[in-house]
Amino acid sequence: MKLTKKDILGIKDISVEEIKLILDTAESFIEVSTREIKKVPTLRGKTIINLFFEASTRTRTSFEIAGKRLSADTINISASTSSVVKGETLIDTARNIEAMNPDAIVIRHSAAGAPHLLARMVKQSIINAGDGAHEHPTQALLDMMTIREKKGRIAGLAVAIVGDIAHSRVARSNIYGLTKMGARVIVAGPAMMIPRDIERMGVSVYHKLEDAIKDVDIIMMLRIQMERQQQKIFPSLREYSNYFCLNRNNITLAKDDVLVMHPGPINRGIEISPDIADGPYSVILDQVTNGVAVRMALLYLLIGGKS
Amino acid sequence: MKLLLKGGRVIDPSQDLDAKMDILIAHGKILEVGRKIHKHGANFRKQTETDITVINLGGMVVVPGLIDMHTHLREPGFEYRETIRTGSEAASFGGFTSVACMPNTMPANDNRSVTEYIVRKAAACNIVNVYPIASITMGSEGNVMTEFRDLRDAGAVAFSDDGKPVNNSALMRRALEYASSLGLPIISHCEDLSLSAGGSMNEGFVSTELGLQGIPAIAEEAFIARDIIIAEYTGALLHIAHVSTAGAVRLIRTAKERGLKITAETAPHYFTLTEDALREYDTCTKVNPPLRTAEDVKAIKEGLKDGTIDAIASDHAPHAPTDKEVEFEYAAFGITGLETSLSLSLRLVEESILTLNQLILKMSTIPARILNLPKGNLRAGADADITVLDLNKKWTVDRAMLRSKGKNTPFHQWTLKGKPVLTIMGGGIKYQELP
Repeated sequence: MKLTKKDILGIKDISVEEIKLILDTAESFIEVSTREIKKVPTLRGKTIINLFFEASTRTRTSFEIAGKRLSADTINISASTSSVVKGETLIDTARNIEAMNPDAIVIRHSAAGAPHLLARMVKQSIINAGDGAHEHPTQALLDMMTIREKKGRIAGLAVAIVGDIAHSRVARSNIYGLTKMGARVIVAGPAMMIPRDIERMGVSVYHKLEDAIKDVDIIMMLRIQMERQQQKIFPSLREYSNYFCLNRNNITLAKDDVLVMHPGPINRGIEISPDIADGPYSVILDQVTNGVAVRMALLYLLIGGKS
Repeated sequence: MKLLLKGGRVIDPSQDLDAKMDILIAHGKILEVGRKIHKHGANFRKQTETDITVINLGGMVVVPGLIDMHTHLREPGFEYRETIRTGSEAASFGGFTSVACMPNTMPANDNRSVTEYIVRKAAACNIVNVYPIASITMGSEGNVMTEFRDLRDAGAVAFSDDGKPVNNSALMRRALEYASSLGLPIISHCEDLSLSAGGSMNEGFVSTELGLQGIPAIAEEAFIARDIIIAEYTGALLHIAHVSTAGAVRLIRTAKERGLKITAETAPHYFTLTEDALREYDTCTKVNPPLRTAEDVKAIKEGLKDGTIDAIASDHAPHAPTDKEVEFEYAAFGITGLETSLSLSLRLVEESILTLNQLILKMSTIPARILNLPKGNLRAGADADITVLDLNKKWTVDRAMLRSKGKNTPFHQWTLKGKPVLTIMGGGIKYQELP
């Protein structure tokens, strides 16, 4: 079975069956990354462009490694080295890349909807690697893979997502994915960081960390973006971390076997205390490991051979 | 040369007229409106038959030439988006015989020479009457008032910093007082920029899902409330541009109930589309104020029905592909509207929200009244500005076929019912597609 979609733009458009297919496929790819020779010929002769208009270490490297372990040729283009700095539009950049006949384009962009624009314009498969505050589908997939791996299921679990929900694409993709898979999702943050009408996405909203994480199975902490304070969205990092930092005291409110997740990069001591980030509940690095497997699975399912 | 329009259903709200009538036109004026005008009548004695063109309008509706009181013609300065000529052609196709054009050109219409340039250029095109709206402040920057009297004398019919609000409340007060003393309205673009900054669509569930920064309804409503308060205090002539929210309708309704002489307009996209139209990130749906919710659309329709909203204006905002074929948040705001405005508004008649008579009031008679134009009626002696509608004609909007340079319509491939088929300005046929 393959994905019939041309593009992966968001979890919103992916069915439960497709999510399961991607996660099952990803599990079968985990083993490749543990071999001494970490390479299979699955995507030999395929070309993947990583088009990154926004700084990224984790996601870009993960996509690159995923492509390379499947023997695809991966090329990285970042905004600072591309003709964007010379004033070229996204569409022109895309058409030029299209003219070189790659098989897939992975795009990260600060503007929501940029991958959709690209998908309309070019014939290649587009994978959204994060668009503004909209979606980050591969992050949600790797998060779901990690939850399933550790808990054996997703349905029925209580998941608290904490932080700047308004500006978080990770939160949105996870809300779509986790609710589809039958989890109960809670979002929490200061009122200014909770976007309007988010309850209609099927989540409950809390403004106190302690209320949000009570008896939950999973806590997903989001990175607080420093520049939001300059936009006067919240008073100070001090105020934020006093009330929203996950630490050894408040974590006791969650279930005993709670998992602590974070999409990275973490601000140690701001939204998560170091002992929690490095402690026994943390699966933050497992998320990163699974990220490679999920991206291998997606690339394989989208552009892999007909076999 | 005379023009005889025969057998149409003539609707003129200004004289409560809705009957099968003939209209005789000569020398750019309406000579006679009557039950049966024939070529041996009083107005024909000295004429030979060859001097008369007779147009049979059986089955058609004949109304005062439509007036669009909120248009962006983009010239001078942004001719790649629209020119006075292409905008005039689009207007005429859309059934308009007059348009009032907004001053956010480059340079802005903030001095006599720009006003005169627009008037001169429009007269040379001779397709629609173009009435310049001058800016309230120099460069529409909100700091220094323009020379209102000089601009009025040059031909400006109103003042507006459309596209931007006048942030400074004291300046807005002075502008309202001064314009009012000259008998001219201030057309206010109501937007609290501190609330809307960075936004590119309505704030609500859809913006939350799409991850786009929102423009809350309160950004519009806060400044409408402020302007109403200033208008009440000064007794000035205030016209609220492009009303888009339920709260705005409520504010204007209660202000009118208190007897304020404020007026308001909305645009067809605000009663035709909701924020759901943005789901594919189509930049043709990006407009300011933004497309709102279904509840807002309902309130706008109610406001049109009960007279809270006096006029329908296109807010025709043509853009070049380079302005729109970019990431959503980088795209320019605006919808090209002159060519679809009437057909979209006719849907209100179909839905029994307005009578045809009320629609013509809102698209001709009342805009003429607000802008003090000697237009918007079909009385003998009036300028022969006449629009003929075929209410049953179905047509499909095709972006490529638009006369406007701006192809940025969210109504591409929509099939609409009812269309202007003959547009007469100053006694001359400017557009026609009669069978």
